[in-house]
Amino acid sequence: MITAVRKPFDEIREMVAPYESVLLVGCGTCVAECASGGEKEVAILASQLRMDASLRGKRLEVGETTLDRQCVYEFIDRLSPLVEKYQAILSLACGAGVQAVSEIFPEAIVLPGLDTTFLGQTREAGLWIENCRGCGSCKLQWFASICPITRCAKRLLNGPCGGSRGGRCEVDPEVPCAWNMIVERLRKVGRLELLEDVYPPCDWSLAQGRGPRKIQREDQAIETV
Amino acid sequence: MRPFSHLQQVLESRTFAVTSECGPPKGADPSSLVRKASLLKGYVDAVNVTDNQTAVVRLCSLASCAILRQMGLDAVVQITTRDRNRIALQSDLLGASALGIRNVLCLSGDHVCFGNEPGAMAVFDLDSVQLLEVARKMRDQGSLCSGDPLTSPPKFFIGAVENPFADPMDFRVKRLEKKVKAGAQFIQTQCVYNIQRFREWMERVRDRGLDERVHILAGVTPLKSAKMAHYMREKVAGMDVPEELVRRMSSLPAKDQRAEGMEIALEIIEALREIPGVRGIHLMAVEWEEAVPELVTRAKLTPRPSPQGEI
Repeated sequence: MITAVRKPFDEIREMVAPYESVLLVGCGTCVAECASGGEKEVAILASQLRMDASLRGKRLEVGETTLDRQCVYEFIDRLSPLVEKYQAILSLACGAGVQAVSEIFPEAIVLPGLDTTFLGQTREAGLWIENCRGCGSCKLQWFASICPITRCAKRLLNGPCGGSRGGRCEVDPEVPCAWNMIVERLRKVGRLELLEDVYPPCDWSLAQGRGPRKIQREDQAIETV
Repeated sequence: MRPFSHLQQVLESRTFAVTSECGPPKGADPSSLVRKASLLKGYVDAVNVTDNQTAVVRLCSLASCAILRQMGLDAVVQITTRDRNRIALQSDLLGASALGIRNVLCLSGDHVCFGNEPGAMAVFDLDSVQLLEVARKMRDQGSLCSGDPLTSPPKFFIGAVENPFADPMDFRVKRLEKKVKAGAQFIQTQCVYNIQRFREWMERVRDRGLDERVHILAGVTPLKSAKMAHYMREKVAGMDVPEELVRRMSSLPAKDQRAEGMEIALEIIEALREIPGVRGIHLMAVEWEEAVPELVTRAKLTPRPSPQGEI
């Protein structure tokens, strides 16, 4: 899932200050799961904005809607009847959602309400952890399914570094040392020999080395007769 | 094959080696570096210069090493993978060789979050093991990481660091082996205070036959004060200072603590010399370079061998 956190209210207020009407658009997928941009969060932010405006004696009309997915055309299209009614759209989606909406409605002003953070997992209620960087070349088969590129602060493929103490990372003692976990888990499954080889440098051109990436599949394209 | 550096010559002749370290200034004037290095001259076989240690911006290791070379010292350039990608790293390796700096110490480096530019991008394009392999390939195969050939290969004696006191303990020797496989010819260890634990680590090193494949220099840092001992014990990750040493330092009035720190360092050096497979010591007297000549003399490690031939 893509995780995000809501921007501080002051920043949002400043962004919407020039407008008298704003449409809040939530997204029902990843950011709903991480409780930052789903239907509920849209409702909370809408009330906050309305209350704040009335306290300041400012005119602000706030609309609310939440799409199942804000990164897919078929869903975004449902905004068509609403967009023209508002001076601005405040998107509570990840950065991909914000950009997709603004691409489909190029005349509209689309503002980001969230700070997109990482690809992660819901570990427990209220706790999300980063565990994938989308490097474009998954190596989890070597590392007992613990990604050192994401979870080691130095991205070491041949770790651990000398700062691992009591199984914790020196950068943040709250965080377990990824390499300690890798070694322990491989030991448990009797595959420590996997760490004897020197793993070669990553090919970062598969990550973001050549600018934005795309996936194009002809078998998925819609045939036009 | 002819050694590339004085340090390599000393180690390969099986003389117990002594190296030391200089922290470069946080400014453009190299005079403090020159002062520190001149204190070390004649007492050590090589001097290494840290590469923006603890991620604090300082005069660069490469330029500092060039200055040491001008002073007639054998220099060890430290190269961390924290700040430079493989293009810059390989370029600096070529530059070091061209400047006559023939010892390179490859490490990952302290994380940027500890330094004075905490918002910097932590590069880590390569890790320390990969950097070792890159340096070895440049030297032995005359080619870059990508395989692209060089017009002339660099000349290096290649080193790495290892921390016998970090976790996971029993994996440390395997990782050392990996570094040796990648190209490490000498190893500088984390400062040794816990001799017993270091002995155990060396035993495992010998069990794997690694002491015959790599020259191990044990790190020694004299304690300046009880406060320093306490700080190193409690705050520095990967450091193992036994409680007993902290007590020994604290039991004395402040004015006598430096002398006691010296005594402890001498005892550690003596113990290290008895451990089979330890080929030398690396003295890291942080902002206390004056301690080095005294330690080396009192440990009866003088005179140092003089360089043979054009190195």
